Amino acid sequence: MDLVQLQRQFVDYRTSLYHEGFLDEQFTQLQELQDENNPDFVVEVVSLFFEDSERLLNELARALEQQSIDYKRIDAHVHQLKGSSSSIGAQRVQKVCIAFRNYCEEQNVEGCLKCLQQVWHEYSLVKTKLESLFQLEQQILTAGGSIPM
Amino acid sequence: MDSCNCIEPQWPPDDLLMKYQYISDFFIALAYFSIPLELIYFVKKSAVFPYRWVLVQFGAFIVLCGATHLINLWTFTMHTRTVAMVMTTAKVFTAVVSCATALMLVHIIPDLLSVKTRELFLKNKAAELDREMGLIRTQEETGRHVRMLTHEIRSTLDRHTILKTTLVELGRTLALEECALWMPTRTGLELQLSYTLRQQNPVGYTVPIHLPVINQVFSSSHAVKISPKCPVARIRPAGKYMPGEVVAVRVPLLHLSNFQINDWPELSTKRYALMVLMLPSDSARQWHAHELELVEVVADQVAVALSHAAILEESMRARDLLMEQNVALDLARREAETAIRARNDFLAVMNHEMRTPMHAIIALSSLLQETELTPEQRLMVETILKSSNLLSTLINDVLDLSRLEDGSLQLDLGTFNLFAVFREVLNLIKPIASVKKLHVSLNLAPDLPEYAIGDEKRLMQTILNVVGNAVKFSKEGSISITAFVTKSELLRDSQTPEFFPVPSDNHFYLRVQVKDSGVGISPQDIPKLFTKFAQTQSTATRNSGGSGLGLAICKRFVNLMEGHIWIESEGLGKGCTAIFMVKLGIPERLNEPKLPFMPKVPTNHGPTAFPGLKVLVMDENGVSRMVTKGLLVHLGCDVTMVSSREECLRVVSHEHKVVFMDVCVPGMDGYEVAIRINEKFTKRHERPIIVALTGNTDKVTKENCMRVGMDGIILKPVSLDKMRSVLSDLLEHRVLFEAI
Repeated sequence: MDLVQLQRQFVDYRTSLYHEGFLDEQFTQLQELQDENNPDFVVEVVSLFFEDSERLLNELARALEQQSIDYKRIDAHVHQLKGSSSSIGAQRVQKVCIAFRNYCEEQNVEGCLKCLQQVWHEYSLVKTKLESLFQLEQQILTAGGSIPM
Repeated sequence: MDSCNCIEPQWPPDDLLMKYQYISDFFIALAYFSIPLELIYFVKKSAVFPYRWVLVQFGAFIVLCGATHLINLWTFTMHTRTVAMVMTTAKVFTAVVSCATALMLVHIIPDLLSVKTRELFLKNKAAELDREMGLIRTQEETGRHVRMLTHEIRSTLDRHTILKTTLVELGRTLALEECALWMPTRTGLELQLSYTLRQQNPVGYTVPIHLPVINQVFSSSHAVKISPKCPVARIRPAGKYMPGEVVAVRVPLLHLSNFQINDWPELSTKRYALMVLMLPSDSARQWHAHELELVEVVADQVAVALSHAAILEESMRARDLLMEQNVALDLARREAETAIRARNDFLAVMNHEMRTPMHAIIALSSLLQETELTPEQRLMVETILKSSNLLSTLINDVLDLSRLEDGSLQLDLGTFNLFAVFREVLNLIKPIASVKKLHVSLNLAPDLPEYAIGDEKRLMQTILNVVGNAVKFSKEGSISITAFVTKSELLRDSQTPEFFPVPSDNHFYLRVQVKDSGVGISPQDIPKLFTKFAQTQSTATRNSGGSGLGLAICKRFVNLMEGHIWIESEGLGKGCTAIFMVKLGIPERLNEPKLPFMPKVPTNHGPTAFPGLKVLVMDENGVSRMVTKGLLVHLGCDVTMVSSREECLRVVSHEHKVVFMDVCVPGMDGYEVAIRINEKFTKRHERPIIVALTGNTDKVTKENCMRVGMDGIILKPVSLDKMRSVLSDLLEHRVLFEAI
């Protein structure tokens, strides 16, 4: 595939991510922060996000399996997850986190479990999408082009 | 001779006496018999004779007496024993009955006599009742007359009709010869003949009011008989032989104010009219009591009717007056509106027409200034420019003033930086002041809020005008400008007793004092200072130019800002102080979204906006920590990252200018760090600026942040532009209210 097509594909894909609500303008902000001094800023932040989220989600699953559920701890984890996702602009993950926190306040076990499922789901989705995006980016860069903004 | 009952020879021929006795007895018997017949006849006729059985008795007595006498007839001649027996029986009966009758009459005659007395008594009573009936009838007549009169009088509210009707009806009822009404004149010193019954047009006689007879009438509420010779009664043509009796009565003239519920006219009236009534002459009629009563009652009624008429007249007059005034006012208003419209049109046109050439002159002169000119030419161009600037200012002033006058000027309220306004004024005035070698000092009170809500342009114009005046009128010395927030004790200034500023929660009063050491103003000129176009006569002002409008405009601006301006001076040569107070709003902290970013200060928008600025970021969340760091690094800061409170406290030093702290983790730990930092750095300027990063800006969070001494809050997520402007503000002002 030639460079122009790649770039066009990249732009379309990225636009679709925004349209479908996977990303919001925070992600754009992150991209703005990337410059010559900081060439891999976005990738670094996103990778950190993936690590962090997986750790948190595992913790959450474990906490909800307990006999006596410690809602405070769950709330703290969800809060963290919410913060992280909003920092990179993972909009859908953030939205589920908000709902999750409400269920936590109500101490509603079913609700929490349901939300946990949803969060996993959304997280997986956004991870896949972002990884594809980065792959496209890499392809463009190897082809010698520049990333269209 | 023995008395034998032998038959005596009939009719002894010689006994004449016997014959006469015989005839008398016969007639007596006849009479005796006829009397009871008559009695029976008449008693039968009358119905009420109560003593019938007496009559019977009496009748029996009479009949028996008659019988006796009748039987006596037979005894004159020889009579048999039977006759004698009958005679005796008759006599015996007669004796019995007559004695009984005699005894009975003793009882009856007093009764009969008393019947007569009763009859007399009843007759008297009847006469008396008759008299009383007569009286009542008369009274009823009078009452009827009064009612009728009252009805006539009260059926109209027209004063003239009332009075005329009164006189006519009275005249008719009492059959008067003449009836007249005297009214007091405006001056109250005379009585004027106003209405008469017979004479069609009263000629307007007047009589002084203080005659004794008149006083007598006025002092009594009754009708008073007066002499026909007194002046008020002499209104008929002379020539009558015996003038009839004259009566006068007062008619109270009541005013609106006299109608009090409890005291009826006696106490409160002062003015009376006089009604004079004359009986026909040559009639020998007298005034009866009931007639006098009638007159008094009518007089009272007339008084009431007149007052009603007066009230009505008054209200009609007032209404007419109001209508007239209304019409006049309407006309005046329309004229004024037309005038204002005309003036506005004129001004609008002149505005445009005047400004266009002015603009051309100024623009071209300035352009000319930029070109190559000889020194004389330059001087000429400068003069042209100065003059045209002055003229332009004058035009603007006049326009402004006219808009201020008719209230169409409105303040442009907005939030602005108060300090900047003062600095600007200072900057503008410094060149002129330094040329005149005047020292200008600005003193802003520490509690003066930096931002305020008001009309920035006009406030600056006012301050500039006042300061400009100070500079203009000072040849040497110094000018001092002080600005502070008025405290409540100073709110009431002796100079301005009619100005009562009321501080409230979101307003404050800014007080500015400009003191100069110039020529001063004499006390009598001070009131004229704020009038348009008025200038003091000293030569200094003449030479300084200006239209005299400046202070007038300032005063109007200050008034629009709900304030007050005045000038104090101790006299010529002693300088003067101009003081004004204006009401400004306090911008709501933390709630104004379009707040405090100073748009005027130019910020360096390049990527290295804050080179080397040492910043500390504390955030537990790795991802957001990284993002924040990325932001700050992009802006050129030297970022240190910490992820826990203890680390933060350990690392923070006076080299760090700003500390960004994430406080949206549930729990109070973030705040504690802020407190610790505050404690660590006692001097304010050594302490780094602490800013909270948080995901929610509800009231509780804000309050907590303020409480622990943080300088600001930023809502996550933070964009690059926002971070940039936040940092620039922080470093400018060391305070940030909120950035969303």
